[in-house]
Amino acid sequence: MVAYTARRLMLAIVVLIGMSLMTFYISHAIPGDPARLASGAHAKAEQVESLRVQMGLDKPLPVQYMIYMKGIISGDLGTSVSTRRPVADELKEYLPATIELSVFALIISVVAGVFFGIVSAVRRNSALDHFLRVFSLVGASIPVFWLGLLFLIFFYKQLNVLPIGGRIGIGINPPTKATGLYIIDSILSGDGIALKSSISHLVLPSITLGYSSMGVFTRMARSCVLEVLSADYIRTARAKGLKETIVVYKHALRNAILPLITLVGLQFAYLLGGTVLTETIFSWPGLGSYSVTAITNLNFPAIMGVTLTITTLFVVINLITDLCYAIADPRIVYK
Amino acid sequence: MEEVILEIKDLKTYFYSDKSVVPAVNGIDLLVRKGETLGIVGESGCGKSVTCLSILRLIPDPPGKIVGGQILFKGEDLLAKTEAEMRAVRGNSISMIFQEPMTSLNPVFTVGDQLSEAIRLHQGVAKKEAKQKAIDMLKQVGVPAPEQRAREYPHQLSGGMRQRVMIAMAISCNPDLLLADEPTTALDVTIQAQILEMMRDLKDRLGMAIILITHDMGVVAEMADQILVMYAGKAVECATVKTIYKNPMHPYTVGLLDSIPRMDVDVEKLHVIEGVLPDLSNMPEACCFEPRCPDARSICSQKEPDLEQVGDSLVRCWKYCPEWRQ
Repeated sequence: MVAYTARRLMLAIVVLIGMSLMTFYISHAIPGDPARLASGAHAKAEQVESLRVQMGLDKPLPVQYMIYMKGIISGDLGTSVSTRRPVADELKEYLPATIELSVFALIISVVAGVFFGIVSAVRRNSALDHFLRVFSLVGASIPVFWLGLLFLIFFYKQLNVLPIGGRIGIGINPPTKATGLYIIDSILSGDGIALKSSISHLVLPSITLGYSSMGVFTRMARSCVLEVLSADYIRTARAKGLKETIVVYKHALRNAILPLITLVGLQFAYLLGGTVLTETIFSWPGLGSYSVTAITNLNFPAIMGVTLTITTLFVVINLITDLCYAIADPRIVYK
Repeated sequence: MEEVILEIKDLKTYFYSDKSVVPAVNGIDLLVRKGETLGIVGESGCGKSVTCLSILRLIPDPPGKIVGGQILFKGEDLLAKTEAEMRAVRGNSISMIFQEPMTSLNPVFTVGDQLSEAIRLHQGVAKKEAKQKAIDMLKQVGVPAPEQRAREYPHQLSGGMRQRVMIAMAISCNPDLLLADEPTTALDVTIQAQILEMMRDLKDRLGMAIILITHDMGVVAEMADQILVMYAGKAVECATVKTIYKNPMHPYTVGLLDSIPRMDVDVEKLHVIEGVLPDLSNMPEACCFEPRCPDARSICSQKEPDLEQVGDSLVRCWKYCPEWRQ
């Protein structure tokens, strides 16, 4: 397993290099002049030109790429064109918000989705099953921005039960920074007010983001459980005299969950992509809204930084899910 | 006479679909005494397995349902028991082994865990004690290095070893009755002989009764005391092994016996019973074997014969009724 992990990590480096090449090329192929944009509307031609030299944009593309990659190795992701701050610092600021949002959304979608899937399968063809199937199908098909707007109107404007905008209430101090994840930080520092406020701010965005994944998990879990329930070893478990709950939640679920583990990795990538819309709707200060700003400003270093961060996250999450798979299924041995 | 362990009276198990009703078991009677082995034979789809699953009330519902009859286990009607009472019977006083050892064990739990699960459930012993008992059971069924095997997963074991594990699981709570549904069909012949030998040995030692389902006439000859021949959900002949082999009465039984390959007789082709099992959902009011029967006469297609005592056997055939000569 160690050798396998090492090999997968080596492969991840290849993926990252490929990814960086593509992003670098595409972002530079977009028409537009970052130096012009960065130096402002009233800048003179020579000012723009000197900024261009300063930003290294006068060099040929391959050279620019090499300079960029050399920086990455030493942890330097370049300087943001619009804020003049190191991109690495900005990412450190925005990344925790996105991780908090997407992990929360993932937990909601996995827990609810798998539970609904099991109920649906066990009560096959009942009214509850039909309801859950429609519910999950709606989730899998409704666009994120539309659902987000509906939530805003209903829970904020009509009922006014949940806050929107940002990660924490105005006037409440964010918890002492340890991980950057407000929920964990406020638990660590014992700050009840911050914890309550950050959870309530997280509810709507994470449900918005997680609903469609939940639909996917429900449908997948339902079919997996149904398939497993007709297996011979389930009949054996029943013939032993086990209770139906143990048959379902121990013997069937442990097997049905295996394909879902892989799905978690894939859905996480989907969630990270979904943060762009969700964060914009809910003014969530994360990588999603950061990347929208970066793209509209042709902020190449920031775009590259975001892309590489998300790719790394995706590769790591999928490696973890593959390793979990081997732990959950004794038949899988990585060599 | 030994005490009666199981008596089934007029058992009917039907399967329902949108379009039709399939009477998979249609009025079976049988009786098993302590320490006795009853062999149920018949071709695929004749209702052998459904009979066994009905005893444990493990018929998947829907589509299946036990619609009539009585299953008296030591005098108590299993069909009248609640689900919780039934669970106390399953794996405890009646247990079952299945045809497919490759898929009948849960792939994600160790052999030891799966064995000790039933022991803990029915005997209420501590985890450690159950583990030890599981290892003892593996030793009893002839699994080499049982301590190590108990820590392994089913995929690390061969088919024969897995069937031994299934048998160990089935006998771990000293059942009064073991239902063996084609326990050796999926195994190769040498392993088959070993497993049968072991089952016979266990039966003698533990004094349990066995219902052995098979379509292999050779296996029943070796194992069974009584034989029940089933066809299309009904019993067509029932007698002791000796009687059936010496004097088979029903044409279907005769056909089954003729289909056994023999070394001492030189034949060009194996005997086959022509035709296929009739469509159970659309059965005529006649002898169900009539379309395939070499001896059929007009009466066979008009009325269904009853199961009647003829000599030492119970037979369902017009041949042995007075109407036959008319």
